[in-house]
Amino acid sequence: MQKVFDAMLGWVDARFPLIKTWEEHLSKYYAPKNFNFWYYFGSLALLVLVIQIVSGIFLTMHYKPDTQLAFASVEYIMRDVPWGWLMRYLHSTGASFFFITVYLHMLRGIMYGSYRGPRELLWLIGMAIFIALMAEAFMGYLLPWGNMSYWGAQVIISLFSAIPFGIGDILSEWIRGDFVVSDATLNRFFAFHVIAVPLALCGLVFVHIVALHKVGSNNPDGIEIKKNKGPDGLPVDGIPFHPYYTVKDIVGVAGFLIIFAAVIFFAPELGGWFLEHDNFTPANILQTPPEIVPLWYFTPYYSLLRATTEEMVTKGLLPLTIVMTILTVISVRNVLAKMAAVGIGSVVVVCLFIFEAKLWGVILMGLGVGLFAFLPWLDMSPVKSIRYKGWMFKTALIIFCIDFLVLGWLGTQPASGPNVILAQIGTILYLLFFFLMPWYTTFDKTKPVPERVTQ
Amino acid sequence: MKKKLITIFAILLFPLTVAAGGGGVALDPVNINLNDKESLQKGARTFVNYCLSCHSAGYMRYNRMGQDLGISEELVAENLLFAAEKTGDLMKAVMPAADAKKWFGTAPPDLTLTARSRGPKWIYTYMRSFYRDESAPSGWNNKVFAHVAMPHVLYEWQGEQRPIIEKDSHGVEHITGFEIAKAGTMTEKEYNEAMRDLTNFMVYLAEPAKLVRYKIGLYVILFLIIFMVAAYMLKKEYWKDVH
Ligand code: HEC
Ligand code: HEM
Repeated sequence: MQKVFDAMLGWVDARFPLIKTWEEHLSKYYAPKNFNFWYYFGSLALLVLVIQIVSGIFLTMHYKPDTQLAFASVEYIMRDVPWGWLMRYLHSTGASFFFITVYLHMLRGIMYGSYRGPRELLWLIGMAIFIALMAEAFMGYLLPWGNMSYWGAQVIISLFSAIPFGIGDILSEWIRGDFVVSDATLNRFFAFHVIAVPLALCGLVFVHIVALHKVGSNNPDGIEIKKNKGPDGLPVDGIPFHPYYTVKDIVGVAGFLIIFAAVIFFAPELGGWFLEHDNFTPANILQTPPEIVPLWYFTPYYSLLRATTEEMVTKGLLPLTIVMTILTVISVRNVLAKMAAVGIGSVVVVCLFIFEAKLWGVILMGLGVGLFAFLPWLDMSPVKSIRYKGWMFKTALIIFCIDFLVLGWLGTQPASGPNVILAQIGTILYLLFFFLMPWYTTFDKTKPVPERVTQ
Repeated sequence: MKKKLITIFAILLFPLTVAAGGGGVALDPVNINLNDKESLQKGARTFVNYCLSCHSAGYMRYNRMGQDLGISEELVAENLLFAAEKTGDLMKAVMPAADAKKWFGTAPPDLTLTARSRGPKWIYTYMRSFYRDESAPSGWNNKVFAHVAMPHVLYEWQGEQRPIIEKDSHGVEHITGFEIAKAGTMTEKEYNEAMRDLTNFMVYLAEPAKLVRYKIGLYVILFLIIFMVAAYMLKKEYWKDVH
């Protein structure tokens, strides 16, 4: 038996780098031995990706991308397809858990400075994954053709029409394939949701892992284990990924699945947070839901959008731009850089007067997502990990996390009364976390980083 | 530590409860219990006899309901099949939607998923909050659905209610309760019980999988806990030599 197996393995290995790949990426891939709780979320995101693809395939077997049939086909899956309800709940709950794992995965990166060199490209690939994931979730949400699906898509797509010079209207029409969200929109969203974006996601995740294995994992101490090698040429603080981290990640998977199953079987709607109540009525062009609210993972950015009123532009963004420009001019030494800062600052100020608030709302929403991509260059601290950073970074990060949650909460509430001003303050704080980072990471008092990783 | 965890949990759950609420009028709590087969059967009878004349439950099949609620195929065919020919048919409304729209001004919406879109409390309160309003075209109005186009179809059971109206400090009128103006065939308690059965059935109707998913979930989680313990022990064993 063993002989037959060896012979088969030999046959394959002569034609494909099987053993080499196995060793390079698992059995002889050295990872720091001090990974903690936060390091589960990468492998968990991978698990959720697989869950989404598998449950998605089963849903596609019965779903009908047609405005007349879509809603009923989903209810058909829920009732008449054996285990269809389980597939649907796996998929709808999986979408939310995808964002939970990815947000925690990103928070880990921010805490331990995983985006810093040599991992900038790894972080940027992660950003591409994040944007693809948002596109995937947004288009998937239209498919059940519920009333919130319809109006959510209507509102978000029409945001593009805020782009000036007539480009916006053309663009949003091009995305919809019609003047309103319609059958054409549903069909193309289906195509993107079931094949185009998942294909891109899988490719990006593959590249993500390749990039990770090229530079090696960071760790909670933010120390490069490759700098400290033993006589055998192996990092003294490293252990082979397999079997050590494979067995450890299985524990994480089990813990994750317990929570995941609890939601699927006991609270798949999660009180309207994972499946919205208004989406249990079919799309109705004549009846807007009382409040058009995207799902929770988009609400922080939705808050940024809604906070940007005319007043916010003049009393919030304008002073912010001026202060940031002055601060930059004072801080940089290079004369060219000073001039560039003045130039960019004045262009933004002029634009703030020219363009309407709606456009700035869309821009802020984009910044809310996109600013994460600049972290590798905004963080100027001499140390990577939060363990050795000072109080300024810690305070900034805590404020940012609370701010993110508050904005997320406000995004689900009516934008009126005190909510508006609260969201506007939240928006400024959100921007300041990024804009001021070069300063507070420079002036922060850091602690000395040890030679070897700590347990 | 435990207290801290509970507090954190409570804070996390707070937004859930708030998000689930909404709407202006206070809704009455209702005891939903899908294990109560008798209640579900009674609710089904009321629903099929009184509601399907105008409303559809167009995503649900008669025989599925029969199987789930323990009603035999023959009984379904004899007693419950009004607007359909085969027990495998979907629950369509007796009255064509176009006619209904002509008569009521609004087509009666499909009721399959109302328990998920409006919630059980809303349905329970709605069915008990019709009152006489001579100014309305149908002669009826409703506390939770102002100017509703639906007449009080169970008026013979409940009788006729008149609202008790009070002005608040801003001079706005609120309905604070009801008094029976004309008695129906049921006492208040009997009517409430019937509406609870009906609501219970509509919760089932909105999600038949609810009958099984709790039980399956319990086994799945039990298995996963055992799996996690085993995985943890395996991990411990492997990690013995990592220092
Ligand atoms: C005579 C026809 C008729 C009958 C019988 C009838 N309804 Fe209605 N119902 C309507 C109409 C019409 C509406 C639409 C009301 C409106 O939009 O103003 C309606 C609306 C409703 C709504 C609100 C749905 C929503 O989400 O807006 C519920 C719930 C409801 N009916 C439940 C019932 C139940 C339960 C029964 C059986 C006891 C029943 N109806 C019997 C005509 C009827
Ligand atoms: C489909 C989504 C994603 C999957 C499947 C995925 C997968 C993984 C895996 C398996 C790892 C190694 C294990 C770990 O360190 O936790 C990892 C590491 C990493 N990921 Fe992701 N990832 C995803 C999204 C993202 C996103 C959105 C970002 C950031 C914008 C990101 C940034 C990083 C970084 C910086 C590391 C290295 C962390 C370190 O070494 O400390 N990833 N990813």
